[in-house]
Amino acid sequence: MTPENRNAYWKANIRLVSVLLAIWFVVSYLFGIVLVEPLNQFRLGGYKLGFWFAQQGSIYTFVVLIFVYAWIMNKYDRDHDVHEE
Amino acid sequence: MDLRTMTYLVVGATFALYVGIAFWARASSTSEFYVAGKGIHPVANGMATAADWMSAASFISMAGLIAFMGYGGSVFLMGWTGGYVLLALLLAPYLRKFGKFTVPQFIGDRYYSRTARIVAVICLIVASVTYVIGQMKGVGVAFSRFLEVDYGTGLLIGMAVVFFYAVLGGMKGITYTQIAQYCVLIFAFTLPAIFISLNLTGNPVPQLGLGGTLAGSDTFLLDKLDQIVRDLGFDEYTTTARLSRLNMFVYTLSLMIGTAGLPHVIIRFFTVPRVHDARLSAGWALVFIAILYTTAPAVAAMARLNLMTTIEPAAGEYLAYEQRPDWFRNWEKTGLLVYEDKNNDGLIQYGADGATNEMVTIDRDIIVLANPEIARLPNWVIALVAAGGLAAALSTAAGLLLAISSAISHDLLKGVFRPDISEKDELRASRIAMTVAILFAGYLGFNPPDFAAGTVALAFGLAASSIFPALMLGIFYKRMNKEGATAGMLAGLGVTLFYVFQHKGLMFIESTRFLGDMPENWFFGIEPNAFGAVGALVNFSVALAVSRVTAPPPEHIQHLVEDIRVPGTARH
Repeated sequence: MTPENRNAYWKANIRLVSVLLAIWFVVSYLFGIVLVEPLNQFRLGGYKLGFWFAQQGSIYTFVVLIFVYAWIMNKYDRDHDVHEE
Repeated sequence: MDLRTMTYLVVGATFALYVGIAFWARASSTSEFYVAGKGIHPVANGMATAADWMSAASFISMAGLIAFMGYGGSVFLMGWTGGYVLLALLLAPYLRKFGKFTVPQFIGDRYYSRTARIVAVICLIVASVTYVIGQMKGVGVAFSRFLEVDYGTGLLIGMAVVFFYAVLGGMKGITYTQIAQYCVLIFAFTLPAIFISLNLTGNPVPQLGLGGTLAGSDTFLLDKLDQIVRDLGFDEYTTTARLSRLNMFVYTLSLMIGTAGLPHVIIRFFTVPRVHDARLSAGWALVFIAILYTTAPAVAAMARLNLMTTIEPAAGEYLAYEQRPDWFRNWEKTGLLVYEDKNNDGLIQYGADGATNEMVTIDRDIIVLANPEIARLPNWVIALVAAGGLAAALSTAAGLLLAISSAISHDLLKGVFRPDISEKDELRASRIAMTVAILFAGYLGFNPPDFAAGTVALAFGLAASSIFPALMLGIFYKRMNKEGATAGMLAGLGVTLFYVFQHKGLMFIESTRFLGDMPENWFFGIEPNAFGAVGALVNFSVALAVSRVTAPPPEHIQHLVEDIRVPGTARH
């Protein structure tokens, strides 16, 4: 593996992790805590929206984030030919 | 069949299963003992991780906490799940690539320093031992409450069962038992929740029922609950924050970072075959955890509503004490529910005002423990809840004991004192270390030290402020050296301990606290349990500052870092 290839792989990884962590931050800290009051004006069935993010929505998002990460990284591994057999 | 016989049968059957697995999954090498031979399927490891992670506190106490904290309880829901995102994206794949047995081993190798490794062992042992005390207490309490054997006997039986599968099977035995324990505990938790949701809302999915309307009306369940608690003078359920929103923010962050830094969870990801499996496995672990964590808020709100409407069926119309239901009588015997007829009218008045409130004690653990009885479920479901609580406590205790014993036999004995030890001797030493750890944890379960109550929070604080930053910097910052990492760990640990002790007393002995446990003295109103995130910040800052003014790590370490960042074996 060339140093250039290694760098490209690592940069792609960092970019992906940054995007996913930004979403992680938004659904829990922003929607669930900081912006909970304005979001509570809206409704999702019987749930106030901010409350839903704090007790349900953030957790579902976390699960999706990890699988998206695993799936895209697996693709990067193959693209850069660093996957394990 | 009566409840007691039924409970003995169900709990006995699950214990027989765990012991059977122990014989089947004996460990014959150190690799099997420490990391289950690195052959665990990612889904299986996800399930084992979920059981490893969800303790007696998650199973028994969390829904009750949320029931009485409402929205404020969200810190536990987000904090104890969001940490898995950090673990999956920032630690697990790289530590798996590193491919060794323990967390201190990574710190020792990455920072080319025996001192750093020993500091990591100390952080690990303090965090894990404080955590294991809570589990041992959980085992004793579950036995005494459900099986009516005394606390000590219950603790001894629990220790004997853990001894079987942990000492014989090491990580291999623990993994397969945890899978069985997960099935028991998730079934026991969700089944009553499905019934109670069906009862109240007509929807069998608790997560949907919580957002739905009450059966036979078009009032939303949460609106009804908000209205009832408001009428009785309590804080509104869906909007009341815990102390302040800044405190909730920092508390959630501390629990997330702490979760990602707990060694007994991290080492579970050493057991899968490949880096890609480690990433996937973290996702599966969170799926299995989320099943309980998204059900818990539904259990919390529904049980609270059931409790309130049982006591006060309609506004101003109170339940007569003589007509209280059976579950009320049963739990009065345990002292977890206490009624005091302050105005001598024979009716039960429940409200937020301490002077007129007659439900003087409602232990929050009731919410899960009495839930099946309140929902009038058959005896075998109640027996299952007992087995579920025990499964949650035992699986977490076993994971913690393995983390402790591998740190002693692999990091201290082989790593520091006797590097030339043979594999056979190390395996024997690890079994002895496990035995000693079980006896020590049992001893602490019998004689819980004064500080036991605050300890689980302390474990998270320590993991967040010492272990997580050292691991993350070791992977993402090639320039981090041994001076920076060691100084950072000690600073983070020191600041967190200092803050907790100044408000809670040295080693939680109250008379030695010097600032008092008063919110006015809290730094920006942050409660001591939430301080781990600040400790982590201090750790990061000190580590970065110190590493800038000291020599960079040697070249072979920089290569090591480059190597763990890439999954495949070096093909350069």
